[in-house]
Amino acid sequence: MAMTDNQQTFAHDDDNVVVVIGSGAGGGTLANELAQQGIDVVVLEAGALHTTADFLADEWASFAQLAWLDTRTTSGSFRLARDFPNLPAWIVKSVGGTTVHWAGASLRFQAHEFAALTNYGEVEGANLLDWPLGYDDLAPYYARAEQRMGVTRTNGNKGLPGNNNFKVMHAGAQKMGYSCDTGHMAINSEPRDGRAACQQRGFCFQGCKMGAKWSTLYTELPEGIATGHLELRPESHVARIEHDDSGRVTAVVYYDVDGNQQRQRARLVAVAGNSIETPRLLLNSASSRFPAGLANGSGQVGRNYMRHMTGSVYATFDEPVHMYKGTTMAGIIADEARHDPSRGFVGGYEMETLALGLPFMAAFLDPGGWGPRFTGALDQYDHMAGMWLVGEDLPQEGNRITLNPEVTDRYGLPVANVHYDDHPNDVAMREHGYRQGAELYRSVGAKDIYEVPPYPSTHNLGTCRMSERPEDGVCNAYGRAHEIPNLFISDGSQFTTSAAENPTLTIVSLAIRQAEHIGQLMLRGEV
Amino acid sequence: MHSPNLSRRVFLKASGGVLAGTLAFASGPIALLAPSRSWALSLESLSSRQGEMLLAITRQIFPHPDLEDAVYAMVVKSLDRKAADASLHALLKEGVGALDASAGGDWLALDDAARLEHLAPMAGGAFFETVRGDAVVSLYDNPLAYVHFGYGGAEGDGGYLSKGFNDLTWLPEPPKPQGGYLPYESAG
Repeated sequence: MAMTDNQQTFAHDDDNVVVVIGSGAGGGTLANELAQQGIDVVVLEAGALHTTADFLADEWASFAQLAWLDTRTTSGSFRLARDFPNLPAWIVKSVGGTTVHWAGASLRFQAHEFAALTNYGEVEGANLLDWPLGYDDLAPYYARAEQRMGVTRTNGNKGLPGNNNFKVMHAGAQKMGYSCDTGHMAINSEPRDGRAACQQRGFCFQGCKMGAKWSTLYTELPEGIATGHLELRPESHVARIEHDDSGRVTAVVYYDVDGNQQRQRARLVAVAGNSIETPRLLLNSASSRFPAGLANGSGQVGRNYMRHMTGSVYATFDEPVHMYKGTTMAGIIADEARHDPSRGFVGGYEMETLALGLPFMAAFLDPGGWGPRFTGALDQYDHMAGMWLVGEDLPQEGNRITLNPEVTDRYGLPVANVHYDDHPNDVAMREHGYRQGAELYRSVGAKDIYEVPPYPSTHNLGTCRMSERPEDGVCNAYGRAHEIPNLFISDGSQFTTSAAENPTLTIVSLAIRQAEHIGQLMLRGEV
Repeated sequence: MHSPNLSRRVFLKASGGVLAGTLAFASGPIALLAPSRSWALSLESLSSRQGEMLLAITRQIFPHPDLEDAVYAMVVKSLDRKAADASLHALLKEGVGALDASAGGDWLALDDAARLEHLAPMAGGAFFETVRGDAVVSLYDNPLAYVHFGYGGAEGDGGYLSKGFNDLTWLPEPPKPQGGYLPYESAG
């Protein structure tokens, strides 16, 4: 039986419901938190409902099942524009959104990262800004998110056991003077919350068949549905948001599973479509009153697109590793996550183990590559260890999501164009990370080192950023649009800056905080 | 008379060739899996000659000296399926023809180094990129390749928790995490 079979349903003309667009980390969490307060919610999710039983232990087949493959275009100097011109992002189109695909790393931001402009100073070419909230504002919500998601090494949850890839990283970390453990992961190390413990399958990116990794698919969404206040509508692709003469949003127009246009009236709308679709939707909702798009009086909608500084280091050894066995992100080193401009860049980065199966290693090792250097790496696949570098990416005004009038989707709507140029700070940080990663692996006997360029981005951030002043951003510290009182941004688009850490825990924490705020606004009759 | 559609199908069927070979490594991991040492692949759209050429071209693009032709044949199989599309069929036919012409008639008659000399200048072109782009997926996304390169594939579906996820012994063992190690161990 599907979780939607016996759910409460709401009428299309019911203007008392909150409409949440997207069911991932932001949307799925917000919807459940609202439903728990007795607020009626309709969740519109573009993707289909796949359950854990549907997940595939096959990288390409799973990619075809889960990935967001609707056309996007790219421009700018980043290498992805050449290698994967229609796949700038590796995110999910399925109920649960990218929480189906994520690796589970759940790291709090560091206090100084909430005030990047103050702490880093002006950086040429960057559009740095302090968040309108600080670490202490978010700390209680981080604690609630960790409790809810079952994050390891919090709330008495023990750490995960380390796999072979972890053992290589850990041994190298000892030589480098780094600390390394199996991290804070939203993956059950023991049975918990009605879900199994991690069985070390190594298919975290393909959906956790055991349900050991937290995903809104089998936590927040069914919990919300169980309250009788949440209706989930999969395969509902939102086209635009409508408003009335007073400038308040009133309805969401979408295409249902049969391709028919529907209009769901709404008391309040929360957008959580990930940082490419969220600004695309606001831009596609332009009207005579809001000619530049909804909530875009500042011109900041779509700007400051951040995708984290990323890169990978793979190393080969005389002895076998079999890195694909077990948790994908099995070990974390945070020593380089500090802000220390003496390294030649502001902000910092995390080092996290990462393994790809043979098919994806071939696809991402050196896109476009061929010949003996390429095949020499794959010949050593089972003797290979690997890590991912993930660090702070500076916001730039010109890095932005725009509508591409030349290319339309199946509903005739302009698709998103993703423009991205690397900032010199990102380049310097990546080079530093490559060097440190290579040195770590060489310290334990690495033979060959492969510096692998960024994958299509799973961390997409910042395109509707929070700001204290309306002219600097799109929404306030609660994700509420500066221009439209009953429109909220509820995903990573809100991020003022990217920080070094994987974003999901912060997205969930912000959603819990936002739900509490919306509940208060409703009680006060303000929305 | 046949309808034009039927004629075309019959023609294509008739034009399809066969690609065949024998496993080179009689005691290799692939031979242990294979029911017999010889293998054959019937082609729907491509001729035998085109199939042989594409296999040899893929060997130049992704050279793995110890990898069986039977695995490279996966690429030919994939390209053959795509060649049901007339424009792709034409692209492959022209590319193979151009390579033969460049080699003075028979590219396959050349030795390894000479084959590469004629192929390398085509890199970046539509024909080369079509073969490379298909092969980087189809060569490595099949169970024979998994066995050859040492990847578990769907074997991991049940989890490696009791099947060697931490069986590496050539480095020092990390300290046991606080609260035990495995899900069934008790804390403290």
